[in-house]
Order: sequence, then structure tokens, then C-alpha cells
Amino acid sequence: MAYKKRFDGRKIEELRPMEAKTGVIKRADGSAMFKIGKTVAIAAVYGPRELHPKFLQNPETGILRCNYNMMAFSGSGERVRPGPSRRSKEISMVTEKALRSVLDLRKFPNAVIDVYIELIQTDSGTRCAGICAAAMALADAGIPMKDLVSAVAVGVIDGSVCVDVTKEEEDYESGMGDIPIAILPRTGEVTLLQLDGEITPDELKKAVELGVKSCKQIYEIQKKALKERFTRESK
Amino acid sequence: MSMIKDHIVSLLAKDMREDGRKLTEYRKPITIEYGISAKSAEGSARVFIGDTEVVAGVKLEVGKPFPDTPDDGVLMVNAELLPLSNPEFESGPPSIGSIELARVVDRGIRESHMIDTEKLCIKKGEKVWIACIDIYPINDAGNLFDAAALAALAALKDARFPEYDEKEGKVDYSKKTKTKLPLAKEAVEITVIKIKDKFLVDPTTEEWEALDARLTVAVLEDGKLCALQKGGDGSLKPDDIEKMVDIALEKSKELRKLL
Repeated sequence: MAYKKRFDGRKIEELRPMEAKTGVIKRADGSAMFKIGKTVAIAAVYGPRELHPKFLQNPETGILRCNYNMMAFSGSGERVRPGPSRRSKEISMVTEKALRSVLDLRKFPNAVIDVYIELIQTDSGTRCAGICAAAMALADAGIPMKDLVSAVAVGVIDGSVCVDVTKEEEDYESGMGDIPIAILPRTGEVTLLQLDGEITPDELKKAVELGVKSCKQIYEIQKKALKERFTRESK
Repeated sequence: MSMIKDHIVSLLAKDMREDGRKLTEYRKPITIEYGISAKSAEGSARVFIGDTEVVAGVKLEVGKPFPDTPDDGVLMVNAELLPLSNPEFESGPPSIGSIELARVVDRGIRESHMIDTEKLCIKKGEKVWIACIDIYPINDAGNLFDAAALAALAALKDARFPEYDEKEGKVDYSKKTKTKLPLAKEAVEITVIKIKDKFLVDPTTEEWEALDARLTVAVLEDGKLCALQKGGDGSLKPDDIEKMVDIALEKSKELRKLL
């Protein structure tokens, strides 16, 4: 049976309701919250600041350091053991790669920009929500960026290419292909691409197309939240 | 740093604080929001005390009881001083600050016998409910202890058991029942700090860094105390302790009203 009607009644190209806000953590140099459906990510940016340990410092350029973490109570089943896991370390790494190309850090030699991402509640798409929040937090911190970064997970379920899959869809009985994608909205270049599950090359092509199209909608939400922050401040 | 302390001390000499508060006045507003992670956690809450923000979540699991308490459920309290919440906090293994925070909140809950752990027993010696409380500061603008204890208590009050299939021995986390945790008592924690000869509550980050001594007091509804933690490099005279406990008793009534 083909997957035509989605569990939550959405159309296959329809994103879940989104909410975005910047300046949510006062002590941070930049911060943001990004919510998509029931997945809630917050991100804080500290820096540029001196990098410790010192041997990691690069006199040519500053570096970006990302840390993705799920709060212990934020998983779908049992408690997530606190502390870094193989999964969270890999996600931190791909998040860093997804964001790195929009930054020019040559002006910050020996420095680090720390990005901390925390998930408070999850219903799939956590790395993408984290990237959306982190990109907004970097902009909020006033770090020079050539573009924002927007991200979404596309799923291939029984031949249907659906955007922004939920946990319920991820657990679909006959399996599914899960494809998180991050793009630079102005150019459509892809900075994060992963796949879990079996799909055809043609389905991948469709998934990337749908991902790029959907990220542009997310971009509008991110932009709006950043603009709101600055009109708020100028008042 | 000592310049800030000098400033704080000179203001305190006139019974004044940087933000205009009285010495025993909390920042406003203090807000408690329940169910902030309702999809994931069995219970959750967010607490704001002024700009300080802390979240807490409760997960309920089924596991083995400790051999010395075969018909008691298990309580675990964990806190992590997230580097997201304060530029001074670092990633890595739990810092002593995280451990102290978790243990002080733990004692308030455990020693007040807040949770009737016998009611968490499913099968003596084999299966009991394990309640894990995880606490995270989101923005540390001082007084994490009181905010953390309040968030933990609010998350416990918000918690509902997930469905448990006794035959299969499996918890279905996608289905929440209407059954609440068996909460008998509610301990509220108040931290009083001492700077020179002055006592104040709800310190800001700067006041916290300037403290000589601090005392966290867990207070029950009937005015009994169930946990204490003295901190800071300075000492306290018996007379100081009496004054600090009196302040804590008074302030606990205010915080309790918010729950």
C-alpha cells in the first residue's frame, strides 16, 4: 500500500507549523529558538573568544565549534543518557560543516566561535532544527555571514517523497528513506546531506528538489524572526 | 572583580542593591510553565526567576530496585551546567558545580519524602518505577539553586505515568495515563547568601560571585527543614544561621504560592 495520506493529515509538500525567535538567552552573544512541529531546538553562540586549549589555535583563522545535545528527557522512548554519544558527536560535526561555509573567520585569528545546540522536545528532524536555530543565533551574534542556513528532513515513504517527516513516519512499518538537507537559501547550494534507508536515484533527485524548495519557506521564517529582533531593539 | 564586590558591599552598607531590590526580595516575575516537553518527557517545567531560566524534565522507567530497598522505587536527580547558559561553563564531564546543584536538589526531594517510593513498586525485588529528573539551566543570571529546585518540583507535579504492560514488561511511552506521581510533600529551597554582615536572597551573578557564605535551606509546608547546604569560603556564626533560616522560612511561603 502506497503512503498517500500522511499520519497527521499534512500534504506531502507541507511543513509542520514553525516558530522562530532570536535573543532567547541573554548571557549568550547570540541565541535563537527554532520550533518545527513538536521539535524544539535552542542555540547559543559565544565568541569569537580565545580558543582553549591553546594548541588548537590557528593564527590564520578563527574556528567554528558546534555542540549538539539532546536533553536527557527529550527522547521519544527511554531517557537519553547524558553526555556525548557517537550519534551526538557525528551530528555536531555535520552541523559544523553545514554552517562553516557561510562564515569568513579569517578576521578572528586564534579565536573560536562556540555554538551550543540543545533539544528540549523532539519529534524527528532534530539536527535540521538545530542547524536552523544555530544559523539564526550566529546572525544574532553579529558574526559576518554571506548567507543564512536552512535545513529540513525529507522522507521517502513507500515511493512518496514527503517533507519534514515526524517520528511516527520515521517508524513506518515497511521502512523509509530519511534525508536531512541543509542549504544556503540564496544560492540553493547544499551543505548537509545524509541518507538513512533505501531509495532510488530518481527519488533522491526529487527529495533534494523538495528539500531546497521547503528550505526557502523556512528561510522566510528565520529572516522574519531576525528582523523582528532588530526592529524590537531599535524601538 | 574585586571592584564589583566593593561596589556591591558599599551599596549593601546602605541596605541597597544594584537592581534596586530590597535585601530579601526576589526578582520579578517568577514564573512556572508546565509541560514544556510534553511530547517527550513524562513531566516537565520551565522556571524563570528574573532573567534566570531553568528547565527540568522527568522520565519514568521500569527497572530493578536496589537490593537493600526491594520494595521502593528509585529516584535520580541529575543537573548539567550547560555551556549554553553561561560563558564560564565548559563542556566535558560533570563539573563539581553540576554535581553540587544536583545533590542539593536531590536532598530536598529525597529527605522530604516528597515521593512515596513504596507506591512506585511494581513487583517486590524485581520491578519498580525509576524516576529520573534532569535539570538544565538555559540562562544563568544567578540563583540557580532555587530555580533548579523549583523547576524539579514543578516537573514532578506535572508528571503522568506512561502505559505499562505488565505481561510484556514493556512501557509504552507513546501513551500517557492520567495517573500522577505519588507526591506526599513539597519542599521548596531557598538560598540565603551572606556578604560581610548582610543577608540577601536571590543573588544576581555578580552578588553570587561576591558572596562570603551561602546557605540553601529546604523548607516543608509545616515549617520543618529537610535539607541544608552551606557553601562559600567564609564561615557562619550560629546566630547567622538562625537569621538565614528565618529568612528562608519567610521566603518559602512566597515561592510555594507559585506552584
